[in-house]
Amino acid sequence: MKNNFSLFVVVIFFSFCFVIFYKGLNAPNNYTPNVNGKKNIPTFNAKDFYSNNYINSDKIFEDNIFYIINIWASWCVPCRTEHPLLMQLSKNESIKLIGLNYRDNFNNAKKFIDDFGNPYSRILIDNNGTLGVEFGAYGVPETFLIDKNKNIIKKFVGPINQEIINEIKLIIK
Amino acid sequence: MKVLKIFVILILVTSFSDLESDEKNDVLKNKILKNIRCLICQGQSVYDSESEFASSIKLIVDRKINDGLKEKQIYKFLREKYGDWVIFDPQLNKNTYVLWLLPLLLFLFGGAIIFKKLNNQK
Repeated sequence: MKNNFSLFVVVIFFSFCFVIFYKGLNAPNNYTPNVNGKKNIPTFNAKDFYSNNYINSDKIFEDNIFYIINIWASWCVPCRTEHPLLMQLSKNESIKLIGLNYRDNFNNAKKFIDDFGNPYSRILIDNNGTLGVEFGAYGVPETFLIDKNKNIIKKFVGPINQEIINEIKLIIK
Repeated sequence: MKVLKIFVILILVTSFSDLESDEKNDVLKNKILKNIRCLICQGQSVYDSESEFASSIKLIVDRKINDGLKEKQIYKFLREKYGDWVIFDPQLNKNTYVLWLLPLLLFLFGGAIIFKKLNNQK
């Protein structure tokens, strides 16, 4: 009876360890961002790309519509692939696109916009990447969908594709 | 002359206290940076990393310390942005109960077995 109980305890213990290690080894060991969590937009002051004046976030998101924050840079190759899709999305009147120019050279960024078109209603400068951190970004390109209540409701890491554009269109409908 | 001496002493005292507070801030900053995981070059702390992400985090931490935020408030800010993963030293919460309590439970379990064995031998 006593031996059976000891055996039972040992089996339970090893099964428990097995489950813990199995789950642990299967879990990804790199950073996987939470892309669906609802967050408030941060409050910040940022420099406008064209006027060079500082603008407060309250003024940037003052309209009662959906917003997209797109982090981009002229040196970022995937940004070029997603740019035509952003141009397509900018034609939709129920959403405004805000560009966050990340660690870029002004002339290169301006040339990028002149060459490929400007889908953004406003472009902000993020020379040192700190504005990106306020949004929880860790690279380029990253895109954030902001609802009418000024909450970040979706985050897309990497270049957006047609599937994502369709998803965004469905949400803002 | 006396007034001048007092003036010089006052300047020295205030400049030393400034240096001391800068030094304290640097120690705190390095402590925090060593406890933040670089999300680009994983396995490295932000303190060790030279990535663009790490340099942005270094600036943010510096700014937050100068704004008067405490160590825990800075960790809270980063955890809100990037989740628990960004901090090397995990906090006790519903996701880490097993991590924190399992060693303690195993210790108590092992201790109980040893205690029982010793009692049986007597």
